[in-house]
Amino acid sequence: MPKIDLQKRLTEGKADGDGIGNVLTGLPHSAAMGMRIISADQGEALLMLPYNPDLVGDVVTGILGGGAITALLDTCCGTAVVTTKARVISTATLDLRIDYMRPATPGEAVYAHATCYRVARSVAFVRALAYHDDRDRPIATAAAAFIVERKAEKKE
Amino acid sequence: MSAPDILDRLAASIPYIRFLGIVFERRGDELTALMPYKPDLIGNPLLPALHGGATGAFLEITAVMQIVSDTALADAAGGDLPEDYAPVIPKPIDITFDYLRSGKPRDTYARAIVQRRGRRVANMRIEAWQEERAKLIAAAHGNFLLGGSK
Repeated sequence: MPKIDLQKRLTEGKADGDGIGNVLTGLPHSAAMGMRIISADQGEALLMLPYNPDLVGDVVTGILGGGAITALLDTCCGTAVVTTKARVISTATLDLRIDYMRPATPGEAVYAHATCYRVARSVAFVRALAYHDDRDRPIATAAAAFIVERKAEKKE
Repeated sequence: MSAPDILDRLAASIPYIRFLGIVFERRGDELTALMPYKPDLIGNPLLPALHGGATGAFLEITAVMQIVSDTALADAAGGDLPEDYAPVIPKPIDITFDYLRSGKPRDTYARAIVQRRGRRVANMRIEAWQEERAKLIAAAHGNFLLGGSK
């Protein structure tokens, strides 16, 4: 596997000019959806998905497809994993459970916040929340486990 | 309109299905969804591997369309459906995705099985694979609300 800085690839992107985060250029699918990174540090990540008519799952209501929320939460969880202090150099989603609490409001950006609360030798555990502007009114919640590969600790 | 025509019309009208490039093939009442490979579906360009979110969305859409198809076939009862028949799109309540293998930059297939369909909720199991049906790249199970709002 090529040596890469996964954290850099996941947490840096191209500024979009409007000052709201950077487009996730390192992840083609996330970039195609228009996802942006607002912050990612110490096992926490905040992402934003601007409302995008291409991601609508029900033309009658204009509500985003549930899958778009799934993709946002998955990306957010993975981003949180690589920003822990555990020196994670590669990650893959093992499982992901999503509870869809309420539909996203058409026309509004969706935010996702993830916390990686445990990194074991080969597995990381993450929880995440998707919402518009009120974290107490979540659109969806996620619980995920990721397989991780960690950089070996250097022996003194 | 026949139930299959309704399904084709619906699939063509949903932006997110077009965004992912998903198409459906039908054998009787069984749908096989196909998500042809395109670079926009990649999550990890170095492996490369499909984005787990794209695979997840594909599984979810497959379940939704299987439910819509079953409903349309039942409503048609062997006949035709009115031109203005508007299928109700089921909404996911909760879904658990298991990622079993890395998704290669290839075409992906999926089928959904109705494990139980009640009055309000359908419990679905969905499987996705690539070149070998027996080697699933992902599976999911979840509950979908049939019509109406939450």
